[in-house]
Amino acid sequence: MNKNIVSNKVQQMQPSGIRVFFDLVLGMKDVISLGIGEPDFVTPWHIRESAIYSIEQGYTSYTSNKGLLKLRAYISQDIKKQHGLEYDINDEILVTVGVSEGVDLLMRAIIDPGDKILIPVPSYVSYGPVAELAGGIAKFISLNQKNGFKLTSEDIEKNMDGKVKAILLNYPCNPTGATYTKKELLALNKVIQKHDILVISDEVYDALTYDFAHTPFATLPGAKERTIYLNGFSKNYAMTGWRVGFACGPKAIIAAMTKIHQYTIMCVPIMSQMAASEALIGPRKPLDDMKREYHRRRDFVIGRLNEVGLRCHKPQGAFYAFPSVRKTGLSSVDFASQLLKKKKVAVVPGTAFGPEGEGYIRISYASGFDQLKEAFVRIEEFVKNR
Amino acid sequence: MDAILELLAKDARITPLEISKLTKIKVEEVKKRIRKYEKDGIILGYKTVINREMVEDKEREVRALIEVKVMPQKDLGFDKVAERIYSFPEVTNCYLLSGSYDLLLVVEGKDLKTVSRFVAEKLSPMEHVRGTVTHFLLKKYKQDSTILKCREEDKRLAISY
Repeated sequence: MNKNIVSNKVQQMQPSGIRVFFDLVLGMKDVISLGIGEPDFVTPWHIRESAIYSIEQGYTSYTSNKGLLKLRAYISQDIKKQHGLEYDINDEILVTVGVSEGVDLLMRAIIDPGDKILIPVPSYVSYGPVAELAGGIAKFISLNQKNGFKLTSEDIEKNMDGKVKAILLNYPCNPTGATYTKKELLALNKVIQKHDILVISDEVYDALTYDFAHTPFATLPGAKERTIYLNGFSKNYAMTGWRVGFACGPKAIIAAMTKIHQYTIMCVPIMSQMAASEALIGPRKPLDDMKREYHRRRDFVIGRLNEVGLRCHKPQGAFYAFPSVRKTGLSSVDFASQLLKKKKVAVVPGTAFGPEGEGYIRISYASGFDQLKEAFVRIEEFVKNR
Repeated sequence: MDAILELLAKDARITPLEISKLTKIKVEEVKKRIRKYEKDGIILGYKTVINREMVEDKEREVRALIEVKVMPQKDLGFDKVAERIYSFPEVTNCYLLSGSYDLLLVVEGKDLKTVSRFVAEKLSPMEHVRGTVTHFLLKKYKQDSTILKCREEDKRLAISY
């Protein structure tokens, strides 16, 4: 067989450097894991029950490429009710296999070879590779702890040139937990308007914003026509395994995304769409309970990190804290590996989210309070004995 | 519900310091409020949820739900009769309901005979009690929002992005 069975493009993709560490965690028993990027709650029962019922009723077919009409209608109603944003259910909403598919479709729909996508880092792992697979150039913008890992207008200005097609925003952010107030977003919007670029706004953690109300980027003046609002059910409704997300945006872009979606995915599994429909019309109480619980855990985790002496900005959303481990003298990967081996606590090295994550770890507080308590006893011992 | 009460209701072993860390209420304030709740009878006790399905307790092997029809008393309504009934230690729960009967009791005893005797000899002959229907309990699945089975293992991958 010819040795070039894998395309150059894929060969050039950087394999994740911390796969080895992940394998180490997965191979160990009795580990307390603060390394999980999904809710520790199971999907609320009324949602699971409605999916079972839909299967019993024989809903096992394809759906419209765009997604079930009723789901699109509920999505549209929900966004309007929550944020006053209006999207036409016929041509401005596409139901996707999680936000992940939405990001991929969007990159492929907008990128011509050589187009640049601005991506603030540390960030979720898929953005860069997906932009490059689509023929684009991922232009990373380094954020730092001093600014609470928030992007500023100057950051955008410094990285602008004629080839920039879009900027990717993810707030609340995985892995840093950083998010933006409306005022901060308005400042970013000004520069974005000036340079006339698109905004890919991944707001999948929007319901988990603790200290102020979440502002979707598309609600800002003049932003709707250039923003593709991506969201989903994974985090807000504890529905990671169902794989349902959606994209809302200008007709031309949604049509382009739908074109690719219909050839590659066809449609999101109908039972997942039925479940997502129930999520939007069912009781809100389980969601409110989850949010309250995360909020408390956030305060606990930040308090404990300070006691332990690992400096951390206050994350205002999602369920992650991103403390610095520099004072221990260890690299991110060494800190995580030694903590795992010595104390059986798993965290994700910051470098998993790009080289800018060096010196940091990501702690997920999507774990029960008992687990968090015990994990911090162990982290404290580990840090003190260094 | 108040955050302190909510946290205690979920885990009676949680310490004031932990409550303080979770709620941002100062620890002294947490202690003060707990003392007040205890004094006011809002917090009545701290107990452990034991899955009785898995533990033998010879004195309380048999449980029954008993519907009781009661003739209310002038001026006192049901309260006085209820008090006479719930004062028996065999009665572990007692509720006043709307509908076709008035009081619903949970009664525990070491065997069928003990429970039956309680109904026949203590409850039914009582003045103002007009009739009873006894349902013996076969299995408990869920109690006070707790599902009575072992905690399931976390089904998530131990690490993910």
